[in-house]
Amino acid sequence: MGKLLAVTIIIIAIASAVPFILHTWEPPADISTHGGLIDEQMSDTMIEAGVSFLAAQILLGIFIWQFSKKPSDTGKVKTFPGGAKGLVIAAIVLVGVEVLALGAFGSKAWAAVYFTPPAPDAMPVQVQAGQFAFYFRYPGPDGKFGPIHPEMINEGNQNLFGLDPANDVESRDDIVTAEMAIPVNKEVHLLMHAKDVSHSFYVPALRIHQDFVPGLDLSVHFTATKVGQYEIVCSQLCGLGHYNMRAYLKVLSQQDFDDWLKKQQAAQ
Amino acid sequence: MTLKHICLAAAATLAVVTMTAAGPGSGTISGKITYEGTPAKQKPIDMSKEPSCAAKHPTPITTETVVTGPGNTLENVVVYISAGAPDEAAPSTTADFDQKGCQYVPHMLAFQVGQELKIANDDQTSHNIHPLAKINREWNKSQPPGTPPIIDKYDKAEMIHVKCNIHPWMSGTFAVLKNSHYAVSDKDGNFKLPNLPPGKYTVTAWHEPDQEMTQDVVISGGENKTVSFVFKLKPY
Amino acid sequence: MHETSAAPAVVHGPPTTFLSKHVFSLDHKVIGLQYYTLALFAVVVGMVLSWLMRIHLGWTNAAIPGLQALSPNGAPGGVMTPEYYLQLMTMHATIMVFFVLTTAPFAAFGNYFLPIQVGAEDMPFPHFNMMSFWTTFTAFLILVTAFFVPDGPPLAGWTSYAPLSAIGKDAGPGQGTGQVIWAAALGVFCIGQLLGSLNFISTVLDMRTKGMTLSRLPVTCWAWFITSCMGLTAFAVLMPATILLILDHVAGTSFFVPSGLVLNDQLVPHSGGSTLLWQHLFWFFGHPEVYIAIIPGMGIVTHVLITNMRRPMLSMKAILYSMWALAFLSYMVYGHHMFVSGMNPFSSLVFSFPTLMITIPSTVVVLIWIGSLYGSKLRINTASLFALGFISMFVSGGVSGFFLAQPSIDIMLHATYFVVGHFHMVMGVAAMFGIFSGTYFWFPKMTGHMMNETIGRIHFWLTFIGTYCIFMPFHYLGWAGNVRRYAAFTDDFLKPLIPVHQFITIAALFTGAVQLLFLYNLIHSRFRGPAAPANPWEGTSLEWIMPSPPPWNNFGGKDPVVYHDADQYGVKTASGADYIMQNSPEQALATSEGD
Repeated sequence: MGKLLAVTIIIIAIASAVPFILHTWEPPADISTHGGLIDEQMSDTMIEAGVSFLAAQILLGIFIWQFSKKPSDTGKVKTFPGGAKGLVIAAIVLVGVEVLALGAFGSKAWAAVYFTPPAPDAMPVQVQAGQFAFYFRYPGPDGKFGPIHPEMINEGNQNLFGLDPANDVESRDDIVTAEMAIPVNKEVHLLMHAKDVSHSFYVPALRIHQDFVPGLDLSVHFTATKVGQYEIVCSQLCGLGHYNMRAYLKVLSQQDFDDWLKKQQAAQ
Repeated sequence: MTLKHICLAAAATLAVVTMTAAGPGSGTISGKITYEGTPAKQKPIDMSKEPSCAAKHPTPITTETVVTGPGNTLENVVVYISAGAPDEAAPSTTADFDQKGCQYVPHMLAFQVGQELKIANDDQTSHNIHPLAKINREWNKSQPPGTPPIIDKYDKAEMIHVKCNIHPWMSGTFAVLKNSHYAVSDKDGNFKLPNLPPGKYTVTAWHEPDQEMTQDVVISGGENKTVSFVFKLKPY
Repeated sequence: MHETSAAPAVVHGPPTTFLSKHVFSLDHKVIGLQYYTLALFAVVVGMVLSWLMRIHLGWTNAAIPGLQALSPNGAPGGVMTPEYYLQLMTMHATIMVFFVLTTAPFAAFGNYFLPIQVGAEDMPFPHFNMMSFWTTFTAFLILVTAFFVPDGPPLAGWTSYAPLSAIGKDAGPGQGTGQVIWAAALGVFCIGQLLGSLNFISTVLDMRTKGMTLSRLPVTCWAWFITSCMGLTAFAVLMPATILLILDHVAGTSFFVPSGLVLNDQLVPHSGGSTLLWQHLFWFFGHPEVYIAIIPGMGIVTHVLITNMRRPMLSMKAILYSMWALAFLSYMVYGHHMFVSGMNPFSSLVFSFPTLMITIPSTVVVLIWIGSLYGSKLRINTASLFALGFISMFVSGGVSGFFLAQPSIDIMLHATYFVVGHFHMVMGVAAMFGIFSGTYFWFPKMTGHMMNETIGRIHFWLTFIGTYCIFMPFHYLGWAGNVRRYAAFTDDFLKPLIPVHQFITIAALFTGAVQLLFLYNLIHSRFRGPAAPANPWEGTSLEWIMPSPPPWNNFGGKDPVVYHDADQYGVKTASGADYIMQNSPEQALATSEGD
């Protein structure tokens, strides 16, 4: 039965690796300017992890095969060549140093997202996450977002951000939308606001993932490089409608974006 | 007896029977609801997060917090007798509330205390209906597509704002009333409260979220009294 | 701290009444079995919850027969509502993490075998020990009542992030009473853990029999000792966190809720709190907790393997230092659950380094295990099969950590099924395999009967293959971006993944059904299994010197004297045996080790 276990372990290990090797299930194609570093990190780690995984499972299998006791076996026990010392060194060098190196290189990808400030001419868009929808706000011609008055939020008549255009001049030209459109190849500075509980902004194709934190106004910035329609999904458990919380992201040509914005403004 | 006598007697009996059926001299209060001032702008609803509902509205629906008509008429105002009529037991019919195309139909549902409320989901998505009752028990329930209607009832009179926890734009009202003398103004602002025995009544007209007007009306016989309400509306 | 100490003559007298023998027992063995029974009951509940969840995920709008009777609100017409899914998920995770994975490997086996393996008659504080079980049991009862309150259990996950968990019932069904019950149950659980840890630590330090120096302790004792040190410190943080959460619900405080929040178009009446504070408190507990769940299993697997390989580990020191390193580092890595949480992104990089470093002790242990197999005389039986399965599962679950430890990759994999696959492999499978291995290994000692080996092996094979079929695909789903904690997959990019979920569900139901074999084997063998000898596996540690099952005072009133560590396997002896028991004065003629 030891031999059977050995074979099973090795088959399972190889079978598990196959979908990764064949790229059967993949993240969507990257449409961001910073995502290349992330994708490189993911594939470098996949190689390291994959090799470690297969090596460990196959070695386990081989040793189980070779050393499961046969009734006739009366010989001495043998010691692994190099003993524990060699293995500890292997653990530190082959795995530890490797993953630390991966981590060090990976910090570049992280920095590209989080340690670079948004460009001064990045287009500001605000997104508000609330049970269970995302709503977006564009500042309008005055370039300013009017203040949010939480006590004035009224979903029934679509005052989703709690704006007070009667008294706040900057609110009067704000454009509130249920889907997010951005022009292609233009940096966007996304200001994130949580209305009620924690949510998260996850767009796999854009290689962006950031939690909304009630009480903290966070922001991310990115540039989309490919026209198309993508989904923004909530990935932080926020209540019963969490699965249904998504909005569409439309990456448009500049012309199409301008048209879209005009149409949205007319509907305010 | 001659034929003439028989016919006269029959006609007299018929008249008495008819008048008794309508109640001895029961009257009607009817009228029109209008507004002055500027109503809040109704905005189109973007249902893109729920494509199966968005597909049901080739032209997007608008919000329904203030629904107006030509001639400054106001729809969805619930008009009811708030004083002068006794409380009534609930009828056996159900009050039907539908979730259709991610919209509540009707937007304003008036029904009686103790009357069975039946909520149906006609959509391909789950809804989570949440009547925000403050006097009655507050509850919210999810209703996956294809599941049976939700049946419930309220035992106290209240104006209850209804929302869907999953689709934030869905908005409606339950007007839970104590008697059967109520009506909701239609798209021309008209309402009619028939079958009112003679008496002194207070008529209340209520418009969401919390605007209320009252008038006292006396019914002495089988007349039709006209009452109008003019709501003052502001854009914000 | 002295190297050897004589145990006190009598810690407690023999039980006389039915209640003192089987219910309110001071005997660590009975307490251990009580914990095991609690964990067994809990795992069945947790597993049934997972079946319901999986059926719903594969066939979202299908009516599940009987579910409407269980919860008319949660499953109208038998169709599970989204909130009921999340509520079942929250309870599944809470029950499994606390009442199975913290209870069985640590409290159940530890209570039973730690005093025995150090050569003691019992733990030094038997009353606290008894209280620790009954407190844990009470915590379980409290938790279960959440199913029966009108709005049901909480839906915020076992991680229960604020403000969702702190605002109250406006945040969702179950978030009022259910959430408070959940927090109270956990607070009570912490008390039970603290009482237990107290006993474990003092047993190791003060109750070792003559000759049992710390260096001669079996590896399982070290694992339980390390785990109880972690338990003291980690649960000591969870308990105040749950109290603060309860206060936010009932006392109008706002520890975790800032101002300006709006729910149902109304301002939430809280201000001044911090959302992230909950995450810091929870994960400072939560990360050590997962090592509390796995380290006893590592100890058990090492112990079972040594006995079945007929040779000691290549370096027990390496394994022990690695376990200590895992414990120590586990406190420094907790922020890896919070990489995109909104905390300072620089902190994310800082937390990622100890997270990457923790691969080193994990790898050392795995390589020592594998390297020790080389040249051994590996005996295959159900206990050793599960121990070997543990190694395979731990490798699988561990390598996904390489990805999750890096913040840049976490951008893509955070809150996806990749994470769910990772922790299920290490906790839901590897730790469970540790429990199975320990069960098959120690059942003869605890009950005096042998388990059925054939059924045991079938159980192993079907479970090993079944759990790979369930949890390996989770990684593929996560890699494709499948977000977790979704009650349904309605997004465009998720719909094509539903067939994978359906496959997983079928595997899960099948593997769940297989566990009936284990249950049958346990119960049948307990009453009808062939009689077990004192030392069926030819082990060296002190549990094997006593009859099966042991008498109430373990060593019959005579303290054993220890001459060796527990690693005397593969030795040449005058009697011809290849091992020497710890309490045998016999010396090895030579080791049997060759090159």
